[in-house]
Amino acid sequence: MTAGSASSGGAVSLRRVRVTFDGTDAVADASVDIAPGEFVCLLGPSGCGKSTLLNVVAGFVAVTDGEALVDGQPVRGPDVSRGMVFQSSDALFPWLRVSENIAFGPRMRRVPKGRRDEIVARYVDLVGLAHAADRFPPQLSGGMKQRVQIARVLANEPSVVLMDEPFGALDAQTREVMQREVERIWQETHPTILFVTHDIDEAVLLADRVLTMTAGPSGRIKSEYRIELPRPRDETSEEAIELHRALRNDIAVEVSKTLRTQERMAG
Amino acid sequence: MSSQPPAGRTRLAPTITSWGSLWRRKLPLGALVTYAVSVVLGVALWWLVSLRYSDYFLPSPLTTFEAGRELASDGTLGASIVASAQRILIGWALGVLVGVPVGLLMGQVLLIRRALDPYIQFFRFIPPIAFVTLAIIWFGVGEASKVVLIFYTTVFIIVISTTAGVLAVEESRLRAAASLGAGPTRTLLSVILPSTMPYVVTGSRLAMGNSFLTVVSAEIVAAEQGLGALIWTSRNYGRTDWVFVGIVVLGLMGFVFDRAIRFSVVRLFGRYAVKV
Ligand SMILES: Nc1ncnc2c1ncn2[C@@H]1O[C@H](COP(=O)(O)OP(=O)(O)OP(=O)(O)O)[C@@H](O)[C@H]1O
Ligand SMILES: [Mg+2]
Repeated sequence: MTAGSASSGGAVSLRRVRVTFDGTDAVADASVDIAPGEFVCLLGPSGCGKSTLLNVVAGFVAVTDGEALVDGQPVRGPDVSRGMVFQSSDALFPWLRVSENIAFGPRMRRVPKGRRDEIVARYVDLVGLAHAADRFPPQLSGGMKQRVQIARVLANEPSVVLMDEPFGALDAQTREVMQREVERIWQETHPTILFVTHDIDEAVLLADRVLTMTAGPSGRIKSEYRIELPRPRDETSEEAIELHRALRNDIAVEVSKTLRTQERMAG
Repeated sequence: MSSQPPAGRTRLAPTITSWGSLWRRKLPLGALVTYAVSVVLGVALWWLVSLRYSDYFLPSPLTTFEAGRELASDGTLGASIVASAQRILIGWALGVLVGVPVGLLMGQVLLIRRALDPYIQFFRFIPPIAFVTLAIIWFGVGEASKVVLIFYTTVFIIVISTTAGVLAVEESRLRAAASLGAGPTRTLLSVILPSTMPYVVTGSRLAMGNSFLTVVSAEIVAAEQGLGALIWTSRNYGRTDWVFVGIVVLGLMGFVFDRAIRFSVVRLFGRYAVKV
Protein backbone atom coordinates (compact mmCIF):
# COMPACT_ATOMS: atom_id res chain seq x y z
CA MET A 1 0.00 0.00 0.00
CA THR A 2 1.61 3.22 -1.09
CA ALA A 3 0.93 6.39 0.80
CA GLY A 4 -1.56 8.64 -0.87
CA SER A 5 -1.85 6.24 -3.77
CA ALA A 6 -5.40 6.83 -4.83
CA SER A 7 -6.93 9.74 -3.05
CA SER A 8 -5.21 13.02 -2.69
CA GLY A 9 -6.72 15.94 -0.96
CA GLY A 10 -9.15 18.47 -2.36
CA ALA A 11 -9.01 22.19 -1.74
CA VAL A 12 -11.96 23.50 0.26
CA SER A 13 -12.94 27.17 0.22
CA LEU A 14 -15.76 28.76 2.09
CA ARG A 15 -16.47 32.30 0.91
CA ARG A 16 -18.63 34.37 3.24
CA VAL A 17 -20.91 31.44 3.92
CA ARG A 18 -24.18 32.20 5.63
CA VAL A 19 -26.69 29.51 6.54
CA THR A 20 -30.14 30.39 7.80
CA PHE A 21 -32.60 27.99 9.41
CA ASP A 22 -36.14 29.27 9.91
CA GLY A 23 -35.09 32.89 9.72
CA THR A 24 -32.15 32.74 12.15
CA ASP A 25 -28.54 32.43 11.13
CA ALA A 26 -26.85 29.22 12.18
CA VAL A 27 -23.66 30.42 10.51
CA ALA A 28 -23.35 34.14 9.88
CA ASP A 29 -20.30 34.75 7.76
CA ALA A 30 -17.67 32.06 7.56
CA SER A 31 -14.68 32.21 5.25
CA VAL A 32 -11.76 29.85 5.16
CA ASP A 33 -9.39 28.27 2.68
CA ILE A 34 -8.21 24.75 3.32
CA ALA A 35 -5.26 23.42 1.39
CA PRO A 36 -5.30 19.99 -0.28
CA GLY A 37 -4.31 17.32 2.22
CA GLU A 38 -4.59 19.63 5.19
CA PHE A 39 -5.94 18.37 8.52
CA VAL A 40 -8.18 21.07 9.97
CA CYS A 41 -10.00 20.88 13.28
CA LEU A 42 -13.04 22.98 13.99
CA LEU A 43 -13.52 23.88 17.65
CA GLY A 44 -16.25 25.90 19.29
CA PRO A 45 -19.08 25.94 21.81
CA SER A 46 -22.18 23.85 21.29
CA GLY A 47 -24.58 25.37 18.78
CA CYS A 48 -22.03 27.63 17.10
CA GLY A 49 -22.55 26.04 13.70
CA LYS A 50 -19.74 23.50 13.36
CA SER A 51 -21.96 20.71 12.12
CA THR A 52 -23.74 23.13 9.84
CA LEU A 53 -20.46 24.12 8.19
CA LEU A 54 -19.53 20.48 7.74
CA ASN A 55 -22.96 19.76 6.26
CA VAL A 56 -22.46 22.61 3.82
CA VAL A 57 -19.21 21.11 2.58
CA ALA A 58 -20.82 17.67 2.42
CA GLY A 59 -23.67 19.12 0.37
CA PHE A 60 -26.37 18.15 2.88
CA VAL A 61 -27.24 21.77 3.63
CA ALA A 62 -27.36 24.58 1.07
CA VAL A 63 -25.77 27.94 1.76
CA THR A 64 -28.12 30.88 2.09
CA ASP A 65 -25.40 33.30 0.99
CA GLY A 66 -21.82 32.97 -0.10
CA GLU A 67 -20.16 29.98 -1.68
CA ALA A 68 -18.70 26.63 -0.76
CA LEU A 69 -16.12 25.43 -3.26
CA VAL A 70 -14.22 22.18 -3.50
CA ASP A 71 -11.38 22.24 -5.97
CA GLY A 72 -12.88 25.41 -7.36
CA GLN A 73 -16.26 23.82 -8.06
CA PRO A 74 -19.33 24.96 -6.11
CA VAL A 75 -20.82 22.26 -3.91
CA ARG A 76 -24.23 21.20 -5.18
CA GLY A 77 -25.42 18.31 -3.08
CA PRO A 78 -23.66 15.23 -1.76
CA ASP A 79 -20.95 13.59 -3.80
CA VAL A 80 -18.72 10.56 -3.50
CA SER A 81 -15.67 12.81 -3.47
CA ARG A 82 -16.77 14.18 -0.08
CA GLY A 83 -17.26 11.53 2.59
CA MET A 84 -18.69 12.03 6.05
CA VAL A 85 -17.98 10.12 9.24
CA PHE A 86 -20.91 10.67 11.60
CA GLN A 87 -20.79 10.78 15.36
CA SER A 88 -23.52 8.19 15.66
CA SER A 89 -23.02 4.70 14.32
CA ASP A 90 -26.71 4.73 13.32
CA ALA A 91 -25.26 5.93 10.05
CA LEU A 92 -23.97 2.40 9.41
CA PHE A 93 -26.16 -0.18 7.68
CA PRO A 94 -26.72 -2.71 10.47
CA TRP A 95 -28.10 -5.37 8.10
CA LEU A 96 -24.87 -5.46 6.14
CA ARG A 97 -21.68 -7.15 7.24
CA VAL A 98 -18.64 -4.96 7.89
CA SER A 99 -17.29 -5.93 4.47
CA GLU A 100 -20.63 -5.13 2.81
CA ASN A 101 -20.82 -1.77 4.55
CA ILE A 102 -17.40 -0.93 3.19
CA ALA A 103 -18.34 -2.21 -0.27
CA PHE A 104 -21.50 -0.09 -0.32
CA GLY A 105 -19.92 2.98 -1.94
CA PRO A 106 -18.07 1.02 -4.63
CA ARG A 107 -21.26 -0.99 -5.25
CA MET A 108 -23.25 2.21 -5.76
CA ARG A 109 -20.54 3.42 -8.15
CA ARG A 110 -20.91 0.10 -10.00
CA VAL A 111 -17.35 -1.00 -9.39
CA PRO A 112 -17.11 -4.64 -10.57
CA LYS A 113 -17.21 -7.34 -7.89
CA GLY A 114 -13.58 -8.41 -8.18
CA ARG A 115 -12.28 -4.89 -7.78
CA ARG A 116 -14.74 -4.31 -4.94
CA ASP A 117 -13.33 -7.26 -3.01
CA GLU A 118 -9.84 -5.81 -3.39
CA ILE A 119 -11.05 -2.47 -2.07
CA VAL A 120 -12.74 -4.11 0.91
CA ALA A 121 -9.64 -6.15 1.68
CA ARG A 122 -7.51 -3.05 1.57
CA TYR A 123 -9.70 -0.92 3.82
CA VAL A 124 -10.62 -3.52 6.44
CA ASP A 125 -6.90 -3.95 6.73
CA LEU A 126 -6.23 -0.23 6.94
CA VAL A 127 -8.61 0.19 9.88
CA GLY A 128 -7.54 -3.08 11.52
CA LEU A 129 -10.83 -4.92 11.14
CA ALA A 130 -9.78 -7.83 8.92
CA HIS A 131 -10.76 -10.27 11.69
CA ALA A 132 -14.27 -8.77 11.91
CA ALA A 133 -15.08 -8.38 8.23
CA ASP A 134 -17.96 -10.87 8.38
CA ARG A 135 -19.62 -9.46 11.45
CA PHE A 136 -22.59 -7.16 11.57
CA PRO A 137 -22.32 -3.67 13.12
CA PRO A 138 -24.42 -4.52 16.20
CA GLN A 139 -21.77 -7.11 17.03
CA LEU A 140 -19.02 -4.47 17.23
CA SER A 141 -17.75 -2.17 19.96
CA GLY A 142 -18.18 1.58 19.60
CA GLY A 143 -14.59 2.06 18.46
CA MET A 144 -14.90 -0.72 15.89
CA LYS A 145 -18.09 0.82 14.52
CA GLN A 146 -16.31 4.12 13.97
CA ARG A 147 -13.52 2.24 12.20
CA VAL A 148 -16.14 0.79 9.87
CA GLN A 149 -17.51 4.25 9.19
CA ILE A 150 -14.02 5.50 8.40
CA ALA A 151 -13.26 2.54 6.12
CA ARG A 152 -16.62 2.89 4.39
CA VAL A 153 -15.89 6.53 3.59
CA LEU A 154 -12.31 5.88 2.49
CA ALA A 155 -13.39 3.01 0.21
CA ASN A 156 -14.77 5.66 -2.13
CA GLU A 157 -11.39 7.41 -2.10
CA PRO A 158 -12.84 10.83 -1.36
CA SER A 159 -10.65 13.89 -1.66
CA VAL A 160 -12.31 15.47 1.37
CA VAL A 161 -13.19 13.59 4.56
CA LEU A 162 -15.57 15.30 6.95
CA MET A 163 -15.72 14.06 10.52
CA ASP A 164 -18.34 15.37 12.94
CA GLU A 165 -17.19 14.50 16.45
CA PRO A 166 -16.45 10.97 15.30
CA PHE A 167 -15.09 9.91 18.68
CA GLY A 168 -17.45 11.93 20.86
CA ALA A 169 -19.29 8.82 22.03
CA LEU A 170 -16.18 6.77 22.81
CA ASP A 171 -14.44 6.26 26.13
CA ALA A 172 -11.15 8.06 26.74
CA GLN A 173 -8.86 5.08 26.04
CA THR A 174 -10.60 4.07 22.84
CA ARG A 175 -10.68 7.68 21.72
CA GLU A 176 -6.92 7.94 22.15
CA VAL A 177 -6.34 4.82 20.07
CA MET A 178 -8.71 6.09 17.39
CA GLN A 179 -6.95 9.46 17.23
CA ARG A 180 -3.65 7.72 16.51
CA GLU A 181 -5.35 5.58 13.90
CA VAL A 182 -6.88 8.54 12.13
CA GLU A 183 -3.54 10.28 12.06
CA ARG A 184 -1.87 7.21 10.60
CA ILE A 185 -4.61 6.68 8.03
CA TRP A 186 -4.47 10.32 7.03
CA GLN A 187 -0.72 10.05 6.58
CA GLU A 188 -1.19 6.97 4.39
CA THR A 189 -4.04 8.19 2.20
CA HIS A 190 -3.76 11.93 2.60
CA PRO A 191 -7.23 13.30 1.98
CA THR A 192 -8.14 16.76 3.20
CA ILE A 193 -9.76 16.32 6.61
CA LEU A 194 -12.19 18.68 8.24
CA PHE A 195 -12.73 17.42 11.76
CA VAL A 196 -15.21 18.82 14.27
CA THR A 197 -14.47 18.26 17.92
CA HIS A 198 -15.26 19.53 21.41
CA ASP A 199 -12.02 18.12 22.71
CA ILE A 200 -9.14 20.61 22.72
CA ASP A 201 -6.53 17.89 23.23
CA GLU A 202 -7.87 16.06 20.22
CA ALA A 203 -7.48 19.18 18.09
CA VAL A 204 -3.95 19.83 19.35
CA LEU A 205 -2.99 16.23 18.70
CA LEU A 206 -4.34 16.01 15.16
CA ALA A 207 -4.66 19.35 13.42
CA ASP A 208 -2.36 21.16 11.05
CA ARG A 209 -4.63 24.07 11.81
CA VAL A 210 -7.32 24.63 14.42
CA LEU A 211 -10.19 26.99 13.65
CA THR A 212 -12.26 28.30 16.52
CA MET A 213 -15.76 29.65 16.12
CA THR A 214 -17.69 32.34 17.92
CA ALA A 215 -20.75 31.48 19.98
CA GLY A 216 -23.90 30.69 18.06
CA PRO A 217 -26.36 31.39 16.73
CA SER A 218 -24.74 33.42 13.98
CA GLY A 219 -21.43 31.70 14.50
CA ARG A 220 -18.43 32.75 12.49
CA ILE A 221 -14.81 31.72 12.40
CA LYS A 222 -13.03 33.53 15.19
CA SER A 223 -9.38 32.61 15.14
CA GLU A 224 -6.95 30.09 13.76
CA TYR A 225 -3.95 28.34 15.19
CA ARG A 226 -1.38 26.72 12.98
CA ILE A 227 0.27 23.77 14.68
CA GLU A 228 3.62 22.73 13.36
CA LEU A 229 4.65 20.31 16.09
CA PRO A 230 6.19 17.10 14.74
CA ARG A 231 3.97 14.00 14.61
CA PRO A 232 3.14 11.83 16.42
CA ARG A 233 2.54 14.51 18.99
CA ASP A 234 2.72 14.35 22.73
CA GLU A 235 -0.08 16.27 24.36
CA THR A 236 1.97 16.55 27.53
CA SER A 237 4.79 18.42 25.79
CA GLU A 238 5.27 22.03 26.81
CA GLU A 239 4.21 23.44 23.45
CA ALA A 240 1.07 21.31 23.42
CA ILE A 241 0.13 22.43 26.91
CA GLU A 242 0.74 26.03 25.93
CA LEU A 243 -1.51 25.64 22.89
CA HIS A 244 -4.15 23.90 24.91
CA ARG A 245 -4.22 26.81 27.35
CA ALA A 246 -4.51 29.39 24.59
CA LEU A 247 -7.32 27.50 22.89
CA ARG A 248 -9.13 26.96 26.14
CA ASN A 249 -9.08 30.66 27.01
CA ASP A 250 -10.17 31.52 23.49
CA ILE A 251 -13.13 29.16 23.61
CA ALA A 252 -14.05 29.83 27.23
CA VAL A 253 -15.05 33.36 26.25
CA GLU A 254 -17.42 31.98 23.62
CA VAL A 255 -18.78 29.25 25.84
CA SER A 256 -19.72 31.79 28.51
CA LYS A 257 -21.38 33.90 25.80
CA THR A 258 -23.38 30.85 24.77
CA LEU A 259 -24.44 30.25 28.35
CA ARG A 260 -25.51 33.88 28.75
CA THR A 261 -27.55 33.69 25.56
CA GLN A 262 -29.21 30.51 26.76
CA GLU A 263 -29.99 32.09 30.14
CA ARG A 264 -31.48 35.11 28.46
CA MET A 265 -33.61 32.89 26.24
CA ALA A 266 -34.67 30.76 29.18
CA GLY A 267 -35.40 33.62 31.56
CA MET B 1 -17.77 -15.95 17.39
CA SER B 2 -15.38 -16.38 14.52
CA SER B 3 -17.06 -16.52 11.18
CA GLN B 4 -14.15 -17.02 8.86
CA PRO B 5 -14.17 -16.79 5.05
CA PRO B 6 -17.10 -14.99 3.44
CA ALA B 7 -20.07 -17.15 4.18
CA GLY B 8 -22.78 -16.68 1.59
CA ARG B 9 -25.97 -14.86 2.40
CA THR B 10 -27.77 -18.12 2.86
CA ARG B 11 -25.58 -19.08 5.77
CA LEU B 12 -26.74 -16.05 7.66
CA ALA B 13 -28.94 -17.53 10.32
CA PRO B 14 -26.28 -19.12 12.55
CA THR B 15 -24.32 -15.87 12.78
CA ILE B 16 -27.41 -13.89 13.66
CA THR B 17 -28.29 -16.37 16.34
CA SER B 18 -24.97 -15.91 18.02
CA TRP B 19 -25.42 -12.22 18.65
CA GLY B 20 -29.12 -11.77 18.55
CA SER B 21 -31.41 -14.02 20.36
CA LEU B 22 -30.05 -17.44 21.04
CA TRP B 23 -31.71 -17.53 24.42
CA ARG B 24 -34.96 -16.39 22.92
CA ARG B 25 -35.03 -18.90 20.10
CA LYS B 26 -33.92 -21.98 21.96
CA LEU B 27 -36.78 -22.30 24.41
CA PRO B 28 -35.22 -23.35 27.67
CA LEU B 29 -36.76 -26.34 29.38
CA GLY B 30 -38.02 -24.18 32.22
CA ALA B 31 -40.13 -22.10 29.83
CA LEU B 32 -41.57 -25.21 28.18
CA VAL B 33 -42.54 -26.62 31.54
CA THR B 34 -44.21 -23.34 32.49
CA TYR B 35 -46.17 -23.34 29.22
CA ALA B 36 -47.27 -26.93 29.67
CA VAL B 37 -48.31 -26.47 33.29
CA SER B 38 -50.20 -23.31 32.42
CA VAL B 39 -52.13 -25.00 29.59
CA VAL B 40 -52.94 -28.06 31.71
CA LEU B 41 -54.19 -25.85 34.55
CA GLY B 42 -56.31 -23.81 32.13
CA VAL B 43 -57.95 -26.90 30.66
CA ALA B 44 -58.48 -28.30 34.17
CA LEU B 45 -60.20 -25.10 35.22
CA TRP B 46 -62.41 -25.24 32.13
CA TRP B 47 -63.30 -28.82 33.00
CA LEU B 48 -64.07 -27.96 36.64
CA VAL B 49 -66.36 -25.12 35.66
CA SER B 50 -68.03 -27.21 32.96
CA LEU B 51 -69.01 -29.80 35.57
CA ARG B 52 -71.50 -27.30 36.99
CA TYR B 53 -73.25 -26.63 33.70
CA SER B 54 -75.00 -28.54 30.95
CA ASP B 55 -73.11 -29.46 27.78
CA TYR B 56 -75.37 -27.07 25.89
CA PHE B 57 -74.36 -24.13 28.09
CA LEU B 58 -70.67 -24.97 28.49
CA PRO B 59 -69.30 -28.13 26.88
CA SER B 60 -66.48 -29.79 28.78
CA PRO B 61 -63.02 -30.22 27.26
CA LEU B 62 -63.81 -33.89 26.65
CA THR B 63 -67.12 -33.13 24.93
CA THR B 64 -65.35 -30.54 22.78
CA PHE B 65 -62.65 -33.03 21.90
CA GLU B 66 -65.25 -35.64 20.94
CA ALA B 67 -67.10 -33.05 18.84
CA GLY B 68 -63.82 -32.20 17.16
CA ARG B 69 -63.27 -35.87 16.30
CA GLU B 70 -66.80 -36.05 14.92
CA LEU B 71 -66.28 -32.97 12.73
CA ALA B 72 -62.88 -34.19 11.64
CA SER B 73 -64.08 -37.64 10.67
CA ASP B 74 -66.65 -36.41 8.15
CA GLY B 75 -64.16 -33.92 6.71
CA THR B 76 -66.01 -30.78 7.85
CA LEU B 77 -63.25 -29.60 10.15
CA GLY B 78 -60.44 -30.07 7.62
CA ALA B 79 -62.40 -28.34 4.88
CA SER B 80 -63.24 -25.43 7.20
CA ILE B 81 -59.63 -24.98 8.22
CA VAL B 82 -58.42 -25.09 4.63
CA ALA B 83 -61.10 -22.64 3.46
CA SER B 84 -60.36 -20.07 6.18
CA ALA B 85 -56.60 -20.46 6.02
CA GLN B 86 -56.62 -20.01 2.26
CA ARG B 87 -58.64 -16.81 2.43
CA ILE B 88 -56.47 -15.41 5.19
CA LEU B 89 -53.20 -16.25 3.50
CA ILE B 90 -54.18 -14.93 0.07
CA GLY B 91 -55.76 -11.71 1.36
CA TRP B 92 -52.97 -11.08 3.84
CA ALA B 93 -50.18 -11.77 1.36
CA LEU B 94 -51.76 -9.47 -1.22
CA GLY B 95 -52.15 -6.79 1.45
CA VAL B 96 -48.47 -7.03 2.39
CA LEU B 97 -47.35 -7.07 -1.25
CA VAL B 98 -49.34 -3.95 -2.07
CA GLY B 99 -48.98 -2.22 1.29
CA VAL B 100 -45.19 -2.21 1.48
CA PRO B 101 -44.54 -0.39 -1.82
CA VAL B 102 -47.37 2.06 -1.17
CA GLY B 103 -46.03 2.71 2.35
CA LEU B 104 -42.52 3.21 1.00
CA LEU B 105 -43.73 5.72 -1.56
CA MET B 106 -45.90 7.52 0.99
CA GLY B 107 -42.98 7.76 3.38
CA GLN B 108 -40.59 8.92 0.72
CA VAL B 109 -42.59 11.19 -1.58
CA LEU B 110 -44.28 14.07 0.16
CA LEU B 111 -46.75 14.62 -2.68
CA ILE B 112 -47.94 11.02 -2.54
CA ARG B 113 -48.12 11.13 1.23
CA ARG B 114 -50.28 14.23 1.15
CA ALA B 115 -52.47 12.87 -1.63
CA LEU B 116 -53.13 9.50 0.02
CA ASP B 117 -53.22 10.57 3.63
CA PRO B 118 -56.89 11.66 3.69
CA TYR B 119 -57.96 8.25 2.39
CA ILE B 120 -55.76 6.36 4.81
CA GLN B 121 -57.05 8.42 7.71
CA PHE B 122 -60.65 7.98 6.57
CA PHE B 123 -60.69 4.26 5.88
CA ARG B 124 -58.57 3.14 8.76
CA PHE B 125 -61.44 3.92 11.12
CA ILE B 126 -63.91 1.84 9.17
CA PRO B 127 -63.69 -1.77 10.27
CA PRO B 128 -63.91 -4.44 7.55
CA ILE B 129 -67.11 -5.74 9.14
CA ALA B 130 -68.81 -2.58 7.96
CA PHE B 131 -67.96 -3.56 4.40
CA VAL B 132 -69.12 -7.17 4.52
CA THR B 133 -72.47 -6.46 2.89
CA LEU B 134 -70.97 -4.24 0.22
CA ALA B 135 -68.24 -6.78 -0.49
CA ILE B 136 -70.87 -9.44 -1.13
CA ILE B 137 -72.86 -7.15 -3.42
CA TRP B 138 -69.75 -6.14 -5.34
CA PHE B 139 -67.71 -9.33 -5.36
CA GLY B 140 -70.36 -12.02 -4.85
CA VAL B 141 -70.69 -14.65 -2.17
CA GLY B 142 -67.65 -16.55 -3.42
CA GLU B 143 -64.03 -16.38 -2.37
CA ALA B 144 -63.36 -12.95 -3.83
CA SER B 145 -65.41 -10.99 -1.30
CA LYS B 146 -63.63 -12.56 1.68
CA VAL B 147 -60.18 -12.18 0.16
CA VAL B 148 -60.91 -8.54 -0.63
CA LEU B 149 -61.99 -7.86 2.94
CA ILE B 150 -58.84 -9.43 4.36
CA PHE B 151 -56.77 -7.53 1.84
CA TYR B 152 -58.52 -4.36 2.97
CA THR B 153 -57.84 -4.93 6.65
CA THR B 154 -54.21 -5.85 5.97
CA VAL B 155 -53.25 -3.18 3.51
CA PHE B 156 -54.03 -0.22 5.76
CA ILE B 157 -52.07 -1.60 8.68
CA ILE B 158 -49.11 -2.34 6.42
CA VAL B 159 -49.19 1.04 4.71
CA ILE B 160 -49.36 2.90 8.01
CA SER B 161 -46.56 0.94 9.67
CA THR B 162 -44.32 1.03 6.58
CA THR B 163 -44.78 4.79 6.26
CA ALA B 164 -43.94 5.21 9.93
CA GLY B 165 -40.84 3.09 9.37
CA VAL B 166 -39.69 5.22 6.45
CA LEU B 167 -40.17 8.41 8.43
CA ALA B 168 -38.15 6.93 11.29
CA VAL B 169 -35.03 6.18 9.22
CA GLU B 170 -32.08 8.00 10.71
CA GLU B 171 -31.21 11.15 8.79
CA SER B 172 -27.52 10.34 9.12
CA ARG B 173 -28.06 6.98 7.41
CA LEU B 174 -29.75 8.66 4.46
CA ARG B 175 -27.01 11.25 4.27
CA ALA B 176 -24.36 8.55 4.41
CA ALA B 177 -26.06 6.75 1.53
CA ALA B 178 -26.24 9.94 -0.52
CA SER B 179 -22.58 10.80 -0.08
CA LEU B 180 -21.59 7.20 -0.78
CA GLY B 181 -23.16 7.55 -4.20
CA ALA B 182 -26.67 6.11 -3.84
CA GLY B 183 -29.30 7.88 -5.93
CA PRO B 184 -32.95 8.13 -4.86
CA THR B 185 -34.03 4.73 -6.21
CA ARG B 186 -31.12 2.81 -4.78
CA THR B 187 -31.46 4.64 -1.48
CA LEU B 188 -35.09 3.54 -1.38
CA LEU B 189 -34.32 -0.09 -2.17
CA SER B 190 -30.94 -0.57 -0.51
CA VAL B 191 -31.26 1.64 2.55
CA ILE B 192 -34.83 2.69 3.33
CA LEU B 193 -36.54 -0.64 2.67
CA PRO B 194 -34.12 -2.63 4.85
CA SER B 195 -34.28 0.01 7.60
CA THR B 196 -38.06 -0.30 7.53
CA MET B 197 -38.18 -4.08 7.92
CA PRO B 198 -38.88 -4.17 11.67
CA TYR B 199 -41.93 -1.95 11.11
CA VAL B 200 -43.12 -4.07 8.19
CA VAL B 201 -42.84 -7.23 10.25
CA THR B 202 -44.69 -5.76 13.22
CA GLY B 203 -47.39 -4.50 10.87
CA SER B 204 -47.66 -7.90 9.20
CA ARG B 205 -48.18 -9.67 12.50
CA LEU B 206 -50.83 -7.18 13.59
CA ALA B 207 -52.51 -7.55 10.22
CA MET B 208 -52.53 -11.32 10.59
CA GLY B 209 -54.49 -10.94 13.82
CA ASN B 210 -56.97 -8.63 12.14
CA SER B 211 -57.31 -11.02 9.22
CA PHE B 212 -58.67 -13.61 11.63
CA LEU B 213 -61.28 -11.17 12.94
CA THR B 214 -62.26 -10.31 9.41
CA VAL B 215 -62.49 -13.82 8.03
CA VAL B 216 -64.78 -14.94 10.81
CA SER B 217 -67.17 -12.04 10.38
CA ALA B 218 -67.18 -12.43 6.60
CA GLU B 219 -67.82 -16.16 6.80
CA ILE B 220 -70.61 -15.67 9.30
CA VAL B 221 -72.46 -13.45 6.86
CA ALA B 222 -71.92 -15.51 3.78
CA ALA B 223 -69.97 -18.69 3.35
CA GLU B 224 -70.60 -22.36 2.91
CA GLN B 225 -67.29 -23.30 4.42
CA GLY B 226 -64.78 -21.92 6.83
CA LEU B 227 -64.38 -21.77 10.58
CA GLY B 228 -66.65 -18.73 10.85
CA ALA B 229 -69.33 -20.55 8.87
CA LEU B 230 -68.88 -23.63 11.05
CA ILE B 231 -69.34 -21.60 14.22
CA TRP B 232 -72.43 -19.91 12.84
CA THR B 233 -74.06 -23.04 11.45
CA SER B 234 -73.43 -24.91 14.71
CA ARG B 235 -75.31 -22.22 16.57
CA ASN B 236 -78.32 -22.85 14.34
CA TYR B 237 -78.20 -26.54 15.22
CA GLY B 238 -77.77 -25.72 18.90
CA ARG B 239 -74.39 -27.51 18.89
CA THR B 240 -72.41 -25.46 21.38
CA ASP B 241 -69.72 -28.13 21.35
CA TRP B 242 -69.12 -27.50 17.63
CA VAL B 243 -68.91 -23.78 18.34
CA PHE B 244 -66.21 -24.57 20.87
CA VAL B 245 -64.35 -26.67 18.35
CA GLY B 246 -64.40 -23.73 15.91
CA ILE B 247 -63.14 -21.32 18.58
CA VAL B 248 -60.35 -23.58 19.81
CA VAL B 249 -59.20 -24.32 16.25
CA LEU B 250 -59.19 -20.61 15.37
CA GLY B 251 -57.00 -19.88 18.36
CA LEU B 252 -54.61 -22.70 17.57
CA MET B 253 -54.46 -21.69 13.92
CA GLY B 254 -53.62 -18.10 14.87
CA PHE B 255 -50.90 -19.35 17.18
CA VAL B 256 -49.43 -21.55 14.46
CA PHE B 257 -49.56 -18.76 11.84
CA ASP B 258 -47.89 -16.29 14.17
CA ARG B 259 -45.18 -18.83 15.01
CA ALA B 260 -44.67 -19.47 11.31
CA ILE B 261 -44.27 -15.74 10.65
CA ARG B 262 -41.85 -15.38 13.54
CA PHE B 263 -39.85 -18.37 12.46
CA SER B 264 -39.54 -17.32 8.83
CA VAL B 265 -38.84 -13.71 9.79
CA VAL B 266 -35.93 -14.70 11.97
CA ARG B 267 -34.70 -16.97 9.20
CA LEU B 268 -35.13 -14.56 6.32
CA PHE B 269 -34.91 -11.13 7.87
CA GLY B 270 -32.87 -11.61 11.03
CA ARG B 271 -30.14 -9.39 9.68
CA TYR B 272 -32.56 -6.47 9.51
CA ALA B 273 -32.55 -6.41 13.30
CA VAL B 274 -36.12 -7.61 13.38
CA LYS B 275 -36.94 -8.75 16.87
CA VAL B 276 -39.96 -10.99 17.23
N1 LIG C 1 -32.09 21.58 10.71
C1 LIG C 1 -32.07 22.66 11.51
N2 LIG C 1 -33.19 23.42 11.65
C2 LIG C 1 -33.20 24.51 12.45
N3 LIG C 1 -32.13 24.93 13.14
C3 LIG C 1 -30.99 24.22 13.05
C4 LIG C 1 -30.91 23.05 12.23
N4 LIG C 1 -29.67 22.56 12.34
C5 LIG C 1 -29.01 23.37 13.18
N5 LIG C 1 -29.79 24.38 13.61
C6 LIG C 1 -29.39 25.46 14.51
O1 LIG C 1 -28.22 26.02 13.99
C7 LIG C 1 -27.30 26.32 15.01
C8 LIG C 1 -25.99 25.62 14.74
O2 LIG C 1 -26.18 24.22 14.86
P1 LIG C 1 -25.02 23.17 14.67
O3 LIG C 1 -25.61 21.84 14.78
O4 LIG C 1 -24.28 23.49 13.43
O5 LIG C 1 -24.11 23.48 15.93
P2 LIG C 1 -22.80 22.70 16.42
O6 LIG C 1 -21.72 23.71 16.52
O7 LIG C 1 -22.53 21.53 15.59
O8 LIG C 1 -23.23 22.29 17.88
P3 LIG C 1 -22.82 20.95 18.70
O9 LIG C 1 -21.44 21.18 19.16
O10 LIG C 1 -23.78 20.95 19.84
O11 LIG C 1 -22.97 19.79 17.78
C9 LIG C 1 -27.95 25.92 16.30
O12 LIG C 1 -28.49 27.09 16.88
C10 LIG C 1 -29.04 24.98 15.89
O13 LIG C 1 -30.12 25.07 16.77
MG1 LIG D 1 -22.65 19.41 15.91
